[in-house]
Amino acid sequence: MSRHTLSVLVENKPGVLTRVAALFARRAFNIHSLAVGPTEHPEISRITVVVDVDTNPLEQVTKQLNKLVNVIKIVELTPSASVQRELLLVKVKADDASRTAVLQVVELFRAHVVDVSPEAVTIEATGGEDKLQALLTALQPYGIREIVQSGAVAIARGSRSMTDRALERISRSA
Amino acid sequence: MTTPVPHPAPPRPTPPAQTRPVAATREPATAGEPMSGAASVVRALEAVGTDVIFGIPGGAILPVYDPLFDSSMRHILVRHEQGAGHAATGYAAASGRVGVCMATSGPGATNLVTPLADAHMDSVPVVAITGQVSQSMIGTDAFQEADIVGITMPITKHSFLVTDADEIPARIAEAFHIASTGRPGPVLVDIAKSAMQAETRFTWPAEPDIPGYRPITKPHVKQVREAARLLATSRKPVLLVGGGAIRANAAAELRALVDLSGSPVVTTLMARGALPDSHPQHLGMPGMHGSVAAVAALQKADLIVALGARFDDRVTGRLDSFAPNATIVHADIDPAEIGKNRLADVPIVGDLREVLRDLAGELKREHTQHGTPDLQGWWTQLDDLRERYPLGWTPTADGLLAPQHVISRLGELAGPDAIYAAGVGQHQMWAAQFIRYERPRTWLNSGGLGTMGYAIPAAMGAKVAEPDREVWAIDGDGCFQMTNQELATCALEGIPIKTALINNSSLGMVRQWQTLFYGERYSNTDLNTGHQTARIPDFVRLAEAYGCVGLRCESAKDVDATIKKAQEIDDRPVVIDFVVSRDAMVWPMVAAGVSNDEIKYARDITPDFERDE
Repeated sequence: MSRHTLSVLVENKPGVLTRVAALFARRAFNIHSLAVGPTEHPEISRITVVVDVDTNPLEQVTKQLNKLVNVIKIVELTPSASVQRELLLVKVKADDASRTAVLQVVELFRAHVVDVSPEAVTIEATGGEDKLQALLTALQPYGIREIVQSGAVAIARGSRSMTDRALERISRSA
Repeated sequence: MTTPVPHPAPPRPTPPAQTRPVAATREPATAGEPMSGAASVVRALEAVGTDVIFGIPGGAILPVYDPLFDSSMRHILVRHEQGAGHAATGYAAASGRVGVCMATSGPGATNLVTPLADAHMDSVPVVAITGQVSQSMIGTDAFQEADIVGITMPITKHSFLVTDADEIPARIAEAFHIASTGRPGPVLVDIAKSAMQAETRFTWPAEPDIPGYRPITKPHVKQVREAARLLATSRKPVLLVGGGAIRANAAAELRALVDLSGSPVVTTLMARGALPDSHPQHLGMPGMHGSVAAVAALQKADLIVALGARFDDRVTGRLDSFAPNATIVHADIDPAEIGKNRLADVPIVGDLREVLRDLAGELKREHTQHGTPDLQGWWTQLDDLRERYPLGWTPTADGLLAPQHVISRLGELAGPDAIYAAGVGQHQMWAAQFIRYERPRTWLNSGGLGTMGYAIPAAMGAKVAEPDREVWAIDGDGCFQMTNQELATCALEGIPIKTALINNSSLGMVRQWQTLFYGERYSNTDLNTGHQTARIPDFVRLAEAYGCVGLRCESAKDVDATIKKAQEIDDRPVVIDFVVSRDAMVWPMVAAGVSNDEIKYARDITPDFERDE
């Protein structure tokens, strides 16, 4: 099994996320993470889905996804040819004794403190999975109270736009 | 096996109906004409060319039934929504046109689940229109509310929830377009009652606008060329024809390729009739209950050209030992089928008619350049298998009718122009084996989902689509009891189907497995409908209660006369209760999960594929 990131352009319509997620479940594929949001075109949403699967099943799930009527385009984004980021919010115990040390870790990882209270700080960090994991490891000794993490979002390097090309194809076929 | 006698050409020259392009509207409606949402549902269905709807009204769909009352479309009031769904499927499978069924919200819609799943597995173009509770009630667990779009997501090609009356025409146009193009399939349009009751202006879309839906129909030249090269050079080729050949209306193009290639052909359960059974290159059906020659041909092939087939587990047996030496050319309109089960060496995505046309063209070129391949050795081997292991049956030990004899006689007497719709189980397999199909769309059955109860409503739908043809439901006593209420529909609506009930008083296929694999422990397979049983129900009296003619046949000498008697009745449906032996088994058989090499010709007889090698 290896990890793959798929960028899926879908019509911005109700139920589309259900269709995509259900397809993974029905075909017995595990979703590692999933992120969905609007794009620069109001009628198109973008789903970034990270799956653990071998190459052959990946091709099959891509083809099955393509069969969904609301799916417009699917691209696999390889780590080397794309930028991938996750967002992490973590609440760490920090009192007068430990706060300075915690802030040093924050500094080191170029993270930000977004909330402070006498007993804890909330830290925001973005990055790839490895960096966020390392940050968590570094914060572990001070006491992690709560973690919330987004799925990965990813975009291809270079000047070309996935949505533009998809839209071009649509307008050509129309 | 003796040389097959070619049947005379079918007297009816009508080709199978083409799928109607949705853009070609029958009556270009006035743009912007004011009407209710419900009226716009009816208008849209008329605009796509619907002539028949199978359905049942109920609360949430009620507004549509009012304008429907005045429509030129025929609505056939079924007795159960499952019947509506299978009737729409039978209609579509027999005619090639989109079948339409209609139901109310909640239980009406959930009763369509089985036929939708069935049509999905067998790629049948069906559109289901369901009523949904009013928009303000959606999500409140309202009376007769069910999330039918959610429920049917995995078993439809697509589905729509319409809450805005203005969207009704466009969604219905899209539904028919999606159902009938590419790989056909069922599409559900769920319409909120509030949208039906709202006032709207009816505007018919010029062309369906679906950005994510572009079926590929034109095959790739390079791949077709490579397939032709392989077909021209292989020594042991087999054409594996699937149901796609029938859905694509590609029988003529298939015939041309078959004749040109000289290659052996097998037709799967879904493809029976795609190539005439009388064709000398036709080895019959492959798979779990296929002919020995067909199964062996695939196992021994060096090249399999799969045409609209999906390498189903019932065809391949144990996948890792299926056709171990074969290079695979796989042509299908659905890219996801290619490489799904068996890796394809040459994938071809496209409409099968175009694929076959192009492939024949390229093959002809190969033949002119390199000559035709010598398949003599291959044919000697296969002819030997055909001769040694023909399809057949042993006489029954209990003196009761042999079901295979009944079905075989029915096929002879009703002939290749009749339409046969089977249920699921032993009778289905015998009907696939012992009736000789000569034309596409004459064999309807539930292949993928294996839906017991398919036959009666599907036959009803087929008879509505093809009223001038003789339509036979070949049903089992188990299947028949699941959907026979539609005989009432047939009797009242003037749909004189004929039913050959292969009554072995048990869930026969399950019983066969219990005989073979469960030490003859017949757990819950006795239905008590046959010889020397309580005969509950008495099928003859049941038929009569439904306004049909009920006949019973219990001995071989009466079989022909009873069938002929049924054929003479054309003003009512007929049910013949053929009381047959329960010990008859379907052979040949490849047990589930084993290699096709382990095919049994009969109990304890394993054919020797290799004798002449």
